[in-house]
Amino acid sequence: MQSVYPRLESLLPLVRKPIQYVGGELNSVVKDWDATDVRWALMYPDAYEVGAPNQGIQILYEVLNERDGVLAERTYSVWPDLEKLMREHQVPQFTVDGHRPVRAFDVLGVSFATELGYTNLLTALDLAQIPLDAAHRGEDDPVVLAGGHAAFNPEPIAEFIDGAVLGDGEQAVLAITEEIRAWKRAGRPGGRDGLLLRLAGQGGVYVPRFYDVSYAPDKTITSVVPNRPGVPRAVAKHTVTDLDSWPYPSKPIVPVAESVHERFSVEIFRGCTRGCRFCQAGMITRPVRERSITTIGEMTEAGLAASGFTEVGLLSLSSADHSEINQIAADLADRYEGTNTGLSLPSTRVDAFNITLANELSRNGRRSGLTFAPEGGTDRIRKVINKMVTEEDLIKTVSTAYANGWRQVKLYFMCGLPTETDEDVLAIARVAHRVIEAGRTASGRRDIRCTVSIGGFVPKPHTPFQWAAQTSHETVDARLKALGAAMRADRGYGSSIGFRYHDGKPSMVEGLLSRGDRRVAKVIRAVWGAGGRFDGWSEYFSFERWESCAAEALAADGVDLDWYTTRERAYGETLPWDHLDAGLDRDWLWQDWQAAVDPEGAAEVDDCRWTPCFECGVCPAMDTQIETGPTGARLLPLTVAGSGAVGSGTRSGG
Amino acid sequence: MARPVPTGPPPAPIVQRLVIRYAKRGRMRFASHRDVARAIERGVRKAGLPVAYSAGFSPHPRISYSGGAPTGSASEAEYLELSLTRSCEPADLGRSLDEALPDGIDVVEVVEAGAKSAGLALEASEWEVTWPGVPADAAARSVEAFLAAPSVEVERLTSKGMRRLDARAAVVSLAVDRRAGTDQAAGCAILRMIVRQMTPAVRPDDILAALSQLSALAPASPPLATRLWQGPLNGLAEAAGQAASTRPGHGPSDRPGRDIDKAMRLQAVSAEAAPVGQARANDQLPRGAQDHLDGSRAREPHERDCPDARDRATESAVRSQ
Repeated sequence: MQSVYPRLESLLPLVRKPIQYVGGELNSVVKDWDATDVRWALMYPDAYEVGAPNQGIQILYEVLNERDGVLAERTYSVWPDLEKLMREHQVPQFTVDGHRPVRAFDVLGVSFATELGYTNLLTALDLAQIPLDAAHRGEDDPVVLAGGHAAFNPEPIAEFIDGAVLGDGEQAVLAITEEIRAWKRAGRPGGRDGLLLRLAGQGGVYVPRFYDVSYAPDKTITSVVPNRPGVPRAVAKHTVTDLDSWPYPSKPIVPVAESVHERFSVEIFRGCTRGCRFCQAGMITRPVRERSITTIGEMTEAGLAASGFTEVGLLSLSSADHSEINQIAADLADRYEGTNTGLSLPSTRVDAFNITLANELSRNGRRSGLTFAPEGGTDRIRKVINKMVTEEDLIKTVSTAYANGWRQVKLYFMCGLPTETDEDVLAIARVAHRVIEAGRTASGRRDIRCTVSIGGFVPKPHTPFQWAAQTSHETVDARLKALGAAMRADRGYGSSIGFRYHDGKPSMVEGLLSRGDRRVAKVIRAVWGAGGRFDGWSEYFSFERWESCAAEALAADGVDLDWYTTRERAYGETLPWDHLDAGLDRDWLWQDWQAAVDPEGAAEVDDCRWTPCFECGVCPAMDTQIETGPTGARLLPLTVAGSGAVGSGTRSGG
Repeated sequence: MARPVPTGPPPAPIVQRLVIRYAKRGRMRFASHRDVARAIERGVRKAGLPVAYSAGFSPHPRISYSGGAPTGSASEAEYLELSLTRSCEPADLGRSLDEALPDGIDVVEVVEAGAKSAGLALEASEWEVTWPGVPADAAARSVEAFLAAPSVEVERLTSKGMRRLDARAAVVSLAVDRRAGTDQAAGCAILRMIVRQMTPAVRPDDILAALSQLSALAPASPPLATRLWQGPLNGLAEAAGQAASTRPGHGPSDRPGRDIDKAMRLQAVSAEAAPVGQARANDQLPRGAQDHLDGSRAREPHERDCPDARDRATESAVRSQ
């Protein structure tokens, strides 16, 4: 397959940061095209700097490329400056590995971490010369598959994709590969339709075209039913168990361009059962499956040796919750003592942070900022969202951090949560002031800082808040404005407190795309046609464009932006994703939603890792169980190759 | 309250300093200097080299870089100095570092820095610039006008806004390289120039902008500049005198590169230093010759850089993938 690089090369001096388009990173792979029979283009629909470090893409890239006869290359969204030149010079969407045209691959797999990447999908399809409508694609076009968290409701992009894969991708991509290979070897029976039928039947893929959606006079969905025999009524998510047998990435991509995460990340567990009611990730990735300390040690060793990174991120939805986190942090700190290797936990729960962990994390590297996410300003609202952390917990935790040498603490909050009042948001200013006071007392210094970041809440599918009314952007913006004023009101804190916020408008669009149905595709198409690109980037995002396109495109259907966002749903309403099965019992979700908004005060739900099962439904539905330690194992010291050098061992397990 | 000081032992002392010449080739020419520096720091760690670290709360590896070639320009002659806590054989170190770097950021030569660490006398660079779509005759007329002018001001957009600079002041020599007759047929001029290091820096792009300005040239696509050498000004000036006398039809053995090679040795270079790490073939942009230090001088730039020739070369390489 011909490389488009010679044609691309003369365009690169004319664009910003051309290095992002050339590939050639350490651990990237260019396989012989003709020696393979199933070929995947893996896309992260955002800029390279965001997409390149993405764990999901890196894992699948390695899992696929390890197989004989299978090839995987990566492609990312090109910025508008290059898009314009590619159109002028007829350069198609390309992969950065072999610079092969995306249209030449068998599969284009797109990982959607956020719905704001949908317009970028259309740009990529169009640049690739793949018809936007799945129905118009021919035998030579790739099968376009969506994955990632947003794939748990792919209905708004149903007409643009051929299929969606729910849940963990490691085994799913291999199963799909086998189906494609078998179909090709059998002489492509049934053509494209035949392949999609196979994928829907045995491949575990949701193929939207095999489901008919009908609507009631009140504009809600009446039913979603299969229109082909052999297609399941509901499509279940994929769950990988025993993460120790899937130790990827082991050869991480090392971008030459600057990227958002300059570190080697090890996923220390998958899933989370803390039960935060707003959190889609925590609901759709159940149950908790830990990697053992031994595998984490081996992956760290192999990943650092293969990359030269100076920082290891212990990744998960709530890393301090690993059953052996203190041991992991201590043993890794011992191993890398004196090597200038830093350890970090990207997300730490207020109540799981402790001083031992804090000191181990800072032993070999600098004390970078600590980040906690109380999410709500009052104990009351935190009960509503089931974030079981009190203000006293928070003050105690930050005092510990400041007393042990940290100078900067970041706090994340959300605005627009169900039942939220102005007071709940204004209380955040009081919390910030208390944090600074506590920090000054604990450290004996005045130069400590606290940064408050806050954004609008978006109700997500497959969560107890999937029925909730989203708070309008006018209300969110008014509350944020009042909060900013309250933060600045006491000059005694002046520069000690930083305040960052995202205004409420992008959240409305995210809300439309998150809980939208197939009718929303018209809006996405119209926005894209009007120039919508990179909607996750404030400099490109235009609320006015989304608002006017939504009004126009949805008028004939009798629905609008508010109908999809600020409208509360009833128990009986068929939700667009009800036929997509994350394993959660719908009645359990409803009870949890009712418990959240109980006027008597919200009832809290505990974590099933430490208390009896509360029957969310996932384990019996998916035939899985919680996989946690402790294992009691320890990491032995590495044989260090030289002073200041990281050991050069290779992975022994797996 | 007293300022906190880092705990733990002080960093290990420096026992050896190495000067590394490296190249930025093929698609890696699009790396910025910061990108290259990051890749090298990772390469140093990946290779397990005993690099020295600075003291303080956030120790960083002791690597100092000379001014890097601009983003988009290739280079055969970039330099850095690496401080080590353990003495290493330069050639071995060069080989293992080269293996730990992405293809296209290639170690060319490693030598021990002089005892006094005089630093690198990098006063000027020789550049070769391929200028697609510009006939050699037109380029030559423009070059003549440029050299005759006492100063030629150009504008460049920098992070601090539009800046004016005198492109002429930095140019020691400038000539159209007419050795390959086929270039004219392909409509692409090849320029050779020696440019003084100045503040603000004058880049090959600025000189081309000056040339375009003088006689309204319209390049078909952006130029490709390659830094061939850099070093002390007197060495380059001599080389330039020879370059000017070079005429079409001279074989590779007569080319000025051999002499520049000698003139351009780093002052502190030990005579025995051998090139290390067979530079790897560039998988995207194959060249006539795959090279180590001297090989890179012998390659025929014209075959590589003219669009037609490049298309042919790339096509054959890609088919084999």
